[in-house]
Formats: sequence, structure tokens, C-alpha cells
Amino acid sequence: MSQATQEQTVDDDGVIDSVSGPVVTATDLGARMNDVVYVGEEGLMGEVIEIEGNVTTIQVYEETSDVAPGEPVENTGEPLTVDLGPGMLDTIYDGVQRPLDVLESQMGAFLDRGVDAPGIDLEKTWTFTPAVEEGDEVSAGDVVGTVDETVSIEHKVLVPPGYEGGTVESIEEGEFTVEETVTTLSSGEEIKMRQEWPVREARPTVEKQTPTKPLVSGQRILDGLFPLAKGGTAAIPGPFGSGKTVTQQSLAKFADADIVVYVGCGERGNEMTEVIDDFPELPDPQSGNPLMARTCLIANTSNMPVAARESCVYTGITIAEYYRDMGYDVALMADSTSRWAEAMREISSRLEEMPGEEGYPAYLAARLSEFYERAGYFVNANGTEGSISVIGAVSPPGGDFSEPVTQNTLRIVKTFWALDSDLAERRHFPAINWDESYSLYRNQLDPWFEAEIDADWSETRQWAIDTLDEEGELQEIVQLVGKDALPDDQRLTLEVARYLREAWLQQNAFHDVDRYCPPEKTFQILTAIKAFNDEAFAALEAGVPVDEITTIDAAPRLNRIATTPDDEAEAFVADLTDEIESQLQEQY
Amino acid sequence: MKEYQTITEISGPLVFVETDEPIGYDEIVDIETPSGEIRRGQVLEAASGYVAIQVFEGTDGIDQDSSVRFLGETMKMPVTEELLGRVLDGSGDPIDGGPDIVPEERHDIVGAAINPTAREYPEEFIQTGVSAIDGMNTLVRGQKLPIFSASGLPHNELALQIARQATVPEEASDEEGDDEESEFAVVFGAMGITAEEANEFMDDFERTGALERSVVFMNLADDPAVERTVTPRMVLTTAEYLAFEKDYHVLVILTDMTNYCEALREIGAAREEVPGRRGYPGYMYTDLAQIYERAGRIDGREGSVTQIPILTMPGDDETHPIPDLTGYITEGQIYVDRALNSQDVSPPINVLPSLSRLMDDGIGEGLTREDHADVSDQLYAAYAEGQDLRDLVNIVGREALSESDNRYLDFADRFETELIDQGGHTDREIDETLDIAWELLSMLPETELNRIDEELIEEYYVGGAESEPVEAAAD
Repeated sequence: MSQATQEQTVDDDGVIDSVSGPVVTATDLGARMNDVVYVGEEGLMGEVIEIEGNVTTIQVYEETSDVAPGEPVENTGEPLTVDLGPGMLDTIYDGVQRPLDVLESQMGAFLDRGVDAPGIDLEKTWTFTPAVEEGDEVSAGDVVGTVDETVSIEHKVLVPPGYEGGTVESIEEGEFTVEETVTTLSSGEEIKMRQEWPVREARPTVEKQTPTKPLVSGQRILDGLFPLAKGGTAAIPGPFGSGKTVTQQSLAKFADADIVVYVGCGERGNEMTEVIDDFPELPDPQSGNPLMARTCLIANTSNMPVAARESCVYTGITIAEYYRDMGYDVALMADSTSRWAEAMREISSRLEEMPGEEGYPAYLAARLSEFYERAGYFVNANGTEGSISVIGAVSPPGGDFSEPVTQNTLRIVKTFWALDSDLAERRHFPAINWDESYSLYRNQLDPWFEAEIDADWSETRQWAIDTLDEEGELQEIVQLVGKDALPDDQRLTLEVARYLREAWLQQNAFHDVDRYCPPEKTFQILTAIKAFNDEAFAALEAGVPVDEITTIDAAPRLNRIATTPDDEAEAFVADLTDEIESQLQEQY
Repeated sequence: MKEYQTITEISGPLVFVETDEPIGYDEIVDIETPSGEIRRGQVLEAASGYVAIQVFEGTDGIDQDSSVRFLGETMKMPVTEELLGRVLDGSGDPIDGGPDIVPEERHDIVGAAINPTAREYPEEFIQTGVSAIDGMNTLVRGQKLPIFSASGLPHNELALQIARQATVPEEASDEEGDDEESEFAVVFGAMGITAEEANEFMDDFERTGALERSVVFMNLADDPAVERTVTPRMVLTTAEYLAFEKDYHVLVILTDMTNYCEALREIGAAREEVPGRRGYPGYMYTDLAQIYERAGRIDGREGSVTQIPILTMPGDDETHPIPDLTGYITEGQIYVDRALNSQDVSPPINVLPSLSRLMDDGIGEGLTREDHADVSDQLYAAYAEGQDLRDLVNIVGREALSESDNRYLDFADRFETELIDQGGHTDREIDETLDIAWELLSMLPETELNRIDEELIEEYYVGGAESEPVEAAAD
């Protein structure tokens, strides 16, 4: 069902039998599984989740206070769908695709219930530019025309999936609303700018390919050590306060995707407000246009109805798939998937289903993998290539990664960014633990980094990993005997590793320059530290005491490269390396 | 009004009643016992034919002949500005012997969610006068910042100190350019606290004259547990009214959220629900969110609701579901620490696990001071380093450590005694807090201050001269 079309209501309406929180049962409702229904006098939106004999169980997407048995339930006969068409970018939706700004104008600052609004503006006209001519053959998925949706994105009007296709009979340029026909086909089918699609079903593609391009995030630890591919999946688990949301937001701001769908699932209201306030003002690092021009926000905060929290990730991924069909690289951030899983648990427990691990329903793993499988690098029906990268935050209770949501997520995703409360406590941000995290895309992405950034990319990275590993081992000894008991070369390694941590891995998401670090600069900082390492070990070899090496004036300036403007970084690094070299060589 | 005498089952806090007409979910019920006493309850499950009622004031004395009246509406809180200065019980009835409350409006206690597009992002610094909070975990208007404590720790004193001292410094409020500064009010919700604790709060409120600008809701330890599930909602309904309709800046203190969650568990158990972690209901996250999320600011309205919920972690365990779920909803947390408390540090705030998520936007030039963010970062890093070294000292002794390590150890000690341990009645301006911070940071050589902008070091660093000889000694 879509909010745009509330036409038919057949005589298969039912009557409420019982109400318990978001779960309502109704009798005599001739509905199918997952049909959308309107519950009670106020017409609260709900979805059928169980049918047993004459009794239908419904999860309601709104607060059910004061709803009483005996009130009517109206069936729409259609599953939960979203409206797809121009106007979704630069918009903020709730979990069932109601635009929050429209809701605000209808009912004020507080979210009341029983109010409906179409997902895309039905009145607004768009300038449609045909991409095909009369007489051309088109089939499902083909582009018939384009619309300038925002300054950044050209929206492609597609022949909806499932259409038979045929010869274009009429098509013309002009101003149209999303409900007007822009193209008619010989098959008699009419194409409008608006499509509908059921959220729980993946949109069709031709095939899924192995991703080979990175989703460049501008975050040094991610690009440098644990890269994510365009079309890849990643999980960010971490206890509260470890920076999940800041990392997710940095990705939403700086990742080099064409489209960003940001799903705030059961998180804080103020955080969503921050996104709404910040994004229009921040420039997209690729195009320079406002970030909102490529962003669709879905906000279902923790105190909004729980059933809508369950559906919001599906709403998000369906919108992502629609833009992928146009050939765009889409990145979807879901913050947090644990809240989604908990919504499933809550509904499941109200249904009195037999619980699986920790009270989560037995189908938790299946739902998670179904969702993450909708990510990937695809060849679309129209021959273009598009991708959906999914980055899911996970909020494990007590920071314990052995809990079901984290474990089931890790079985599916190929990139794991483990957030660490110890790092967060010492304000090492992003608090991503370099020992525990991994990216299985590393090898398939290396060729890209070597071709585009530097031929030594993977080699230098390996040096950094080795140094950090060695530091980890040495730290254990230091914990027992103190740093001064170590031999000089090991003390020097600790010093180099410290620069790797402080000057390279740490990144300040709130600093105007440092918040986005292009991969070139990521590499420059690393080579600068490596240059220091090489020179320092040469000095040590020549007999210079380690204390004199580590206290040279130039070394602490390694920490300043990150905050040096990107275009000056190269000169700064060259200058710094020279200085380190000369200061160290002076010593012997 | 529908009245029944058809109670079929009484179990713990629940009463089941047969009905022959539809009763709304969440509807309010009066139950009259044979002795003529009226108990208030709420519909937990509405089915055709019967309803389950949760009785707030306990089911003792209710029998199957008691009469049940359905009031045909959901729970409401009578609100008026006159509530300021009043003391009410956990269900909102006055217990201070004052006149009845003449409501201006009656608001549903299950507040609606604030539309995220209508929110105004909180970035107005509140000066609490407590260095550990102002300097390192800054509170802003519209934030929800809980105090994570445990039994036997002085969390109440800290809450009172904040309530007493909280102000918005002049410069910051001038920026807003409003003609008249909105008034400050405290809405205090006690859930299951002891009479003794309640007296402490009341004495402090009366002594400092804070009561005039406060509304107090008291559900004491021996009051019915189920009543605790409505108290915070009454509190927040009152706070929202004062903030968004009467332009007050409201500080809400809720203590103790652990008792609230215990009451939730009790109801869940009585309803024979499938329990989640440690027997707490699976919907506890949603339920807590409905409380905590009722903090914030709204575009175009003067007032604000700032929440400081207090919870005691059972067994000092921060992974317990109550602190854990709270931490995932609130915008940070302040840890009260047992070890610091036994060292007589007051307030015993452990800054390392503490956090204020909204800090970054509430501080800096024009809000607090330009060096605030960098200084706070550097303090964190240096104190964490000092803490690590303390473990090491236990094994190898101080002599075995380098000069630089010893400096960090001294730093950590002075950090606790000079910055954190300020005493329960000292009110520090933010500038003072930052100046103390610079004094401490100046123990470290300039080159170690890698989190601070070079220009700021130049302006504020006061240690240059002393650090030189120390460095010479290190070689």
C-alpha cells in the first residue's frame, strides 16, 4: 500500500479484538500476510504479521493508547510499499516514509498519530527531459527520461520492473507532476515518474559482481587499513560512547558515494536534528554542492513507535535500490541495526513466539542476512552498473561482541570495524581497534589504490601493520617491566608506533581540515612516518642514543600534518622529511 | 462512566475484569474497595470480553466484589504554572497540605515524540560550577545526561549541587539576543527513594530557596512500586508544559531510575511476559527511550527540558541492562566512582568513562572559551596515560620509571586533587576551571601537548620555563 493511493477498500474489513501495546488482533479481516491495514477510528497504520483462523495479528506503526476492541480495521489489500520518484533526496522521512517536515506542518512540533502524507510531493512539477524517442524499443529498467532532482543528482525515470515494455508511442519534454504520464508504450503501459515498490522485496537486477573499487571514506584508518568496497558490507559494533554515530556520520558526509541513505533507526532525536542542521551547510567533498543534495534521511528515533523502527531499514534499502537502478553508487548507513533487531524481539515477544538466543526471535539471523544481501555491486536491467554499500552500526549490550546481533552480523559482513571503549576513554578517535578489525576487501581493492594513489600502497600499509603489531607485543612487556627496561631498538619502535597512532590513525571529526582526509594525504602521512622510522633506525645504527633521536624538534610536527590543509600537505611533508633527515644526520 | 463488579482474577499488581463493552487500551480505571478506598489503575490489555488492569497503589484490600469504574480517558496530568513550589506524590496529588491544584490544562502523560525536524539542536552551555562536568563533560540545554552511580555513593549530593549552581553564563545567553531571560525551574521526580533521602532533598530545596522554582514528585520506597511507572511521565509532562508553553528552562532530576526499571520488571513478571535480559522486559529499551527522549529544545520556543536521571548500577556493573540501555539512549553519562569517593574526592566523578555527546557543539569561542575543546582532549589523554602508569608503578615502583612517566603520574594525582576535588559547595566559573587545567597541563613539556593547537599553547601555556630543567634531567 502506498500513502499516495488510498482508493479501494473492499468489504473484507474486520473488527478489533484485543489491544496490547503495538500488537492488535482483529477478527473477520480478510487480509494476506504483510498487508497494510488501518486500525481503529483514527486509522492508525499497521501491518499484518500473523494469521490464525479468523484472528489476524497486526503490528501498528503508531501509539495505540485509547484504541478499543470493537473499533474497525480497514484492509488496503497491499503490502507495505514506498513511493519512489524525484523528490526523495534532501528529504527526511520517518520509518514508513512519511516526510517529517510535512508532518510538522500538519500537526506541529510533536508527532501525533493517524496523520498520513505521501512519500513524495504529488503536486510539485518537475522538468522532464526525454532520453528516448518515439519508436524506440524500451523494456523494464530502461531510462526513458531524466529530471534534475537536486543540484548534484540527475534523476532517471525508469520503466518500472515487471513492465512488459514495447515501442515508445508518445513522449515529450515538459513540466509534469509525478502522477502524470510522461511516456506511453505500445503495450498500452503508461510510465509515470512515481513508482511503488514493496519494501520487503529486493528490486530485480541482472547480476551481482565482485566489487573492485573502494568506497573512499576520507577516514585514514578505514581507507588505510580496513577499506570498504563500493557494494560491500561493513559492521561497526561498539559499546555506547565509543563513536558509532560519529563514524557513521563522517561516512555519510565524506564517502565518495553518489547517493547516501542514512537510516537513524531507534537512535537519539537530537542526533538526527544535528544531521538535519549540518548536512545542508556542509559541502559534498566530491562536487562541492550541499550534502543534502545527495542525501535521503530516515529518522525513526527511539521513542517513535517500535513497529516503524522494524520497517525503517527496509524503507531505506528500497530507496537505495531505486537509485542503484539508475546506475548510481549508493551508500546506506543503518544506525543502529541492534535497535532494529530489538524491535523484532519486542514484536516477537508480544506474539508470544518461542524465543531464540537472548529472547531474539529464531529468524533473527535470516532477517539480517536477507537485509545485508541486498547490498552489492550490480549490473542493472538497463545495462548500467550500480552499487549499494551497507554500513550497519551494532550496539551490543555491555559492549560484549559475543551477543547474537553482533555475531550474526559478523557472519555476513566482510568488513568489521571494532570500536573500543578503552580507546574512546583516552579520546583516541575514531576509536577503531586496529587489532580486532578486519577488511576482507583489502586484497581486491589493492590494485585500485596502487594504480590511483601510489604503487607502494600495500607495501607501506603492511609496514604500518607490522609496526603496530610489534607495539602491541612490546606493550605487554612494558606493562610488566616499564619502558626503560627495553633495548633501544624496541624503544624506538614504540616511538614510531606512537606516531602511527597519534598522527595517522587518530582523526578529529570536528576539525575543519582533519575531518576529511583524501587517500593521497593518508598515504603522505604514512610515508612521512616511515621516513622518520628509516632515518631514526639509521641513526640508531650509527650509535646515536635513542633519547636523542626521539627528542628531535621536527618529530612532533608529524602530528601536525593531519591538520595542514590538503593542498599544502605535500609541501609540508617534503619539508618535514628533509628536516627530520638533517636533524637526525646532524647527530652522527 | 462504565462501572463493573466483575473482577475475575487478582494477581500481584494486576486485576482482570470481565467487560461487556469495549474499553480503550491505556484507559484509566478507579477501583473502589469494599472499605470505600479508591485505587487508580490503567488498562494494560484490552480484549473483547475482558481487560487487564495494572493498579498503581497496590491490590491489597481489593476483592472480587470491588467495583471498577472505567473513566473513558487515558492518564492525564493537570498542569499549571501554580505547580511551582508544590510537593506532590508519585501520582500527582498534593501532599504538602497546600490547596488543591486548579489545572490550566490537562495533558496526556504519554508524551508524543518530538518531530526531529522541529527540534532545535542543543548547543547552549549550562555552567554547573563542577569542573569535571563543565570542563570535560559539558552539559548543554536540552541534553539528557544521566549520573551512573551505585549504592553508597554521593550521587544525590552531586545532583543537588548541579541543581543549585546551574546557570547559563551571561555572554552565552546574550548571544541569543532575547529580550528577557527565560526563568529556570527544577522538576524533581523521586522514585522509590527512602524517606531519609527525600528529607535531604527537601531540606536542601528549602534551605536554598529552590523550592519556589521547583515541582517535586515523591514516590517513596514504601509507596506502591507500580506507581513508579507513572511518576517519571507525570514529571516530564509537567516539565514539557513549563518549558514549551511557559518558556521555562527546566532541569529535570529523576532518581532513582533503577527503581523504575524494577517496577517495570514486576509488572512484566505479573503479566507472565517473555522476559529479556536478567528478567527485565524486552521492551525496556523502548520504554526508557520514551522517558529519556522527552528532553530537548523546540524550534521557535523559548524553554528547554534538560534531564539528569540518576541510576544506581546493581553491583557496580555498567553492563547491567539498566545502565546499558540508558547509555545507549542518553547523550553521555557521568560516572560517580567508588575509588575516588573513598579517597574523599568530592564530587567523585571519574572522567575517563564519563562522556557528554553534545559537548563539542556547546563549547568553544563565543560559547565558553576558544581553548576548551583542545584542553579537554589533552586532559583526557594525559590523565589516561597517568592512570595506565599507576598500574605499572604497582609492579615496578616509581624509581624504575622515566622522568616523563613520573610527570604523568604527578599530573594524574594533581588532576584529581586540584581539578576534580573541588568540594560540594564550590561553584567554579568555566574560566577558572580552564585556568586550573592549564596550570596542570603546564607540568608537561610543550611538545607533549599534541592535542592543542600551537597558537593556543602560545597563549595559555605557563610552564615553559620549569619544563626545561626537567627535560635536561631526563637525558
